Amino acid sequence: MTSIDDRTDVGAVTPSARSLVEVVGVSHSYGGPVVLDHIHLSIEAGSFLGIIGPSGSGKTTLLRIILGSLSPTIGTVEREPDRRVAYVPQVETVNWNFPITVSEVVLMSRSSSIRRPWATASERHDVSAVLEQLGLAGLGGRHIRELSGGQQQRVFLARALHRRPDLLVLDEPTSGVDVRTRHEVVHLLTDLHRAGMAVVLTTHDINGLATHLPKIACVNRELIAIGSPRDVLTPQVLERTYGAPMEVLEHGGLLLVTDTPLATS
Amino acid sequence: MNLFEPFQFAFFRNGIIVAVLAGAICGLIGVYVVLRQMSYIGHGLSHSIFGGAAASAVLSVNFYLGAGLWGLLSALMIGRVARRGKIGSDAAIGVITTASFAMGLALSNLFGQAKRSIDAVLFGSILGVGGTDVIAVIGAGALSVVVIYTCYRHLLFATFDPEVADVSGVNVARMEALLMLMLAITILFTMKVMGVLLISAMLVTPAATARMMTNSFARMLMIAPIIGAVCGFTGMLLSYHIDVSPGATIILMASTVFLVVFTVTGSRGRRNVGGLGHH
Repeated sequence: MTSIDDRTDVGAVTPSARSLVEVVGVSHSYGGPVVLDHIHLSIEAGSFLGIIGPSGSGKTTLLRIILGSLSPTIGTVEREPDRRVAYVPQVETVNWNFPITVSEVVLMSRSSSIRRPWATASERHDVSAVLEQLGLAGLGGRHIRELSGGQQQRVFLARALHRRPDLLVLDEPTSGVDVRTRHEVVHLLTDLHRAGMAVVLTTHDINGLATHLPKIACVNRELIAIGSPRDVLTPQVLERTYGAPMEVLEHGGLLLVTDTPLATS
Repeated sequence: MNLFEPFQFAFFRNGIIVAVLAGAICGLIGVYVVLRQMSYIGHGLSHSIFGGAAASAVLSVNFYLGAGLWGLLSALMIGRVARRGKIGSDAAIGVITTASFAMGLALSNLFGQAKRSIDAVLFGSILGVGGTDVIAVIGAGALSVVVIYTCYRHLLFATFDPEVADVSGVNVARMEALLMLMLAITILFTMKVMGVLLISAMLVTPAATARMMTNSFARMLMIAPIIGAVCGFTGMLLSYHIDVSPGATIILMASTVFLVVFTVTGSRGRRNVGGLGHH
């Protein structure tokens, strides 16, 4: 097990890896109880990190601090200058009735530098390329509600990729999607990571997503453990993270985390 | 009956120019009002500005100056009360704008000589529309087009997905303030014809109608002002011929167009307009 108490970090990147975001001694409260307490976390270039924890554990707050949309109450966040971050929100938060087509969504991500309302020829070319990369070729003119669940998730990934980010941040990318879409998302993120992009995501899905990642962080107000799934997913760490007994099994070389509701009886 | 007979009168020509432009501007800004669920803010702001308009009439201060400053003050107070967090922004709007509206009514009762202009502000009038109003509404229209053209992508991103827009380099707070300012300007410069009590309907109806007709934001921004302008033109003509306040006839025209489109587009249109504001 690699616990934060050990002050070691299995799976940590070599000293030469460049840090895109450095979270240093961060605590946060929204005016009431502390939701994050003394978090230290480094997001290196090319890393792939999953943040797990129960509801209300501070995962989304930590994500917003990494993104820079929230300033921590205590501590600092250092960011590499000129790094480009793209964010994919939960599909449940998207307004599917908004009058917008697939191309209009993808085009948004580079809006900060361009004043002209309509897309230039090179922008149209880039949008087509990213839609093709994600298997959405020919769907640019469709309204976002007219797509399947997997296609809808990929539209927002396409918007993020169109920004050509150094760091891709995703909030619960497999929440509310079916098994097939989940597989698509996992494969796509793995490919992007292999291509050199840093990826950080939050998830509730330990077996379907977290166990497939090279590195995970267990968060419940504080950073309980960080490292590879095999090092971090232990009954002790999981019980400290989720406040309930959990069992870790191995099946065909894969880790399986299960509840053990009768363990205390 | 000669349908175009009123065009021989200068006051009507001024009135119809203002009505067409007011309809177009309300349709344009209304797209953001409807999609951002700001219709209650629009409703409240128009009622609040009535207080300023009444005070301006009593004190013989320029309408645009008095009502404009009053509207700005109300918007700032709504923001301040809502930010204190103890009550929601809808309650803050309700408290501040109805207080302002009540003050307008009290002034109307106390100073009878101002009653005529206060009635005109409440229900709209073409008689009070002069050359200054025509210039003012042309200016407001030009400003709206320039702002929406230059900030189109930022406004769209901040409207559709404010959280992601914020981390993508869009100043969402600035875009929201800009929209509030545009809304206040739209109400201020179009309320003479539309009337305080009816203007919020014009901010909603053409945009909601356009939403039923298209699934594209860009097309909605083009369709809504056209509907608003057509309703402004036909409503103003009807107002003259049947001797009813222009605010009422313009809104009736817009409601009729909404009903026709609602019927013609069937379940698709109903789903689009029914889903406004719902995820």
